[in-house]
Amino acid sequence: MSGQPVSNLAVDGARGGLLDREGALAKLMIAPAILYIVAMIGVPFVLAVLYSLSDATTGDPSLNFVGLRNFTAALEDPVFRLSLWNTVFFTLASQCIVVLLSRLLATALLKTFRGKWLVRFLIMLPWTAPISLGTIGWLWMLDSIFSPIDWVLRYVGLLGAPDALLGAGTNLYYLGIPGLAISSIILVDVWRILPLATVIQLAGLSSIPKDLLEAAEVDGASPWRRTLMITIPLTLPITSIAFLFGVVFTFTDLVVVYVLTRGGPVHMTQVLSSWTFFKGIEGGDLAQGAAISLFMFPVLAAVAILILRMARRTEVV
Amino acid sequence: MTNVRKLAGRGGLYALLGAFAFFGAFPFYWMVIATFKTDHDLFSPLNNPFLFNEPPTLDHLKNLLFETHFHTYLTNTLWVGLAVVVITLVVAVPAAYSLARWARGWGEMLGIGIFLTYLVPPTILFIPLSRFTSSLGLQESLWSLILVYPTFTIPFCTWLLMGFFKTIPKDIEEQAMIDGLSRFGAMWKVVLPLSISGVLTVVVFAFTLSMHEFIYALTFISVSMKKTVSIGVPTELVRGDVFQWGSLMAGALIASLPVAVVYTFFLDRFVAGFTMGAVK
Repeated sequence: MSGQPVSNLAVDGARGGLLDREGALAKLMIAPAILYIVAMIGVPFVLAVLYSLSDATTGDPSLNFVGLRNFTAALEDPVFRLSLWNTVFFTLASQCIVVLLSRLLATALLKTFRGKWLVRFLIMLPWTAPISLGTIGWLWMLDSIFSPIDWVLRYVGLLGAPDALLGAGTNLYYLGIPGLAISSIILVDVWRILPLATVIQLAGLSSIPKDLLEAAEVDGASPWRRTLMITIPLTLPITSIAFLFGVVFTFTDLVVVYVLTRGGPVHMTQVLSSWTFFKGIEGGDLAQGAAISLFMFPVLAAVAILILRMARRTEVV
Repeated sequence: MTNVRKLAGRGGLYALLGAFAFFGAFPFYWMVIATFKTDHDLFSPLNNPFLFNEPPTLDHLKNLLFETHFHTYLTNTLWVGLAVVVITLVVAVPAAYSLARWARGWGEMLGIGIFLTYLVPPTILFIPLSRFTSSLGLQESLWSLILVYPTFTIPFCTWLLMGFFKTIPKDIEEQAMIDGLSRFGAMWKVVLPLSISGVLTVVVFAFTLSMHEFIYALTFISVSMKKTVSIGVPTELVRGDVFQWGSLMAGALIASLPVAVVYTFFLDRFVAGFTMGAVK
């Protein structure tokens, strides 16, 4: 940059140029980021709150204050209540599985073995590839007629024969039967977040001081006891962070439900984000949509506070 | 005896990793198979779906590349991604430097505050932002995405870069200033070249996050020619109600793999941002 003339001044001891005034420079350099964040995250968030208290639609977006009517209307709507429950259930179910599996996987990845980069690449694919495209792969795998899972089940005789364990039909219709559709969504949520959680857990596991584990081994502690008394307590904060980020990403995700089921069959897999989209954008009811989406906020705020606490605690360790 | 146990442990390790690799990568293997299968083979429920029962074909690829707007989606994605990268760098680099160097009490809080805005999800912001972009006359325009995508790249990248800048010792800059550079010059000519790996990480993330994005693109864009890959492939490669599975899978595969390869190299640094520097 054109800092040259100013720096000559600096040599002369005249530290007056803008490019040398720390306080001004500090504020000037942070200002664009703050302005952008306020304008594009802060203001829209306030707008979302205002919409939720109004009767705005895409046809008539003017804000007429109607109080909490949108929130009470949402709470009386059975589809909304189901979405709320589904969001919580899908998130908790998938993230509990993710925490257990990611710990197992991280422990295995800690070892040295041949072809590690390839294994890592394959395991990370669900997170590194665009989520909508990965989910399209699942849509084809869970197809009502051509699912390879059905083919295998038929091949081994669990499906499609008169006395087969899973029924005489030729297909299970994964995305068409409520129970199976719900399980499919949870499965794809697990698939999606597992790589991220694994890498976070891996960072936690490799940060445990080796001499601590060795000392315990010398003292005669069994592997089981070492895990229970050293590894788990020391990695608890980082495991919680993996869990909390998984919760944020799953709780607010639209893609998996939108691509796989669009909330069907008959709203059985509807979640807050998809219901927001269908009501607020496709249905054009901005006010209702905003109110529905804001039901996510308390959970997100709680998660943010927990993440901060956890991060502070790990710093002490 | 111990050798046998070791061998069994080794076998168990490979079995476990194999199972996880299978779980992670199978949908993509499935895309490869569908890409090269003839329609007749693809849609015969009795055929073994894992094998090529008929000779492989390039028809789906040809259809994808010449009969659909797939190349337009790729160009759109590239253009949006690059523009977002530039905006992110211009805003996040100075902000991160400022926070890392001049932050005392309030700076640390501000940094964390900026990071936390990353947790405000698109699913809350997309309704007001869709009104906002259309009031600017940007509906059905890639500019709406370029304007909005930094809402998730700037907070995260500022946070990541702040960590990078903190690892560079202050003495180096002080030395440079004694040698005659201005305060700003010291940052521009000395610190930035040293943090090139951090800047590169931010380039990769801003680009991949833009490419992955779905909700805003779905909400703001409905004209086929303006779609990005992440919404174009799932919504456009359907004729009436019929999915063109072969071309659909080919498109998903081609758009996924290159970005996945690059992303994998940078994943550890990305995660260092999530763990908030708690793990050293």
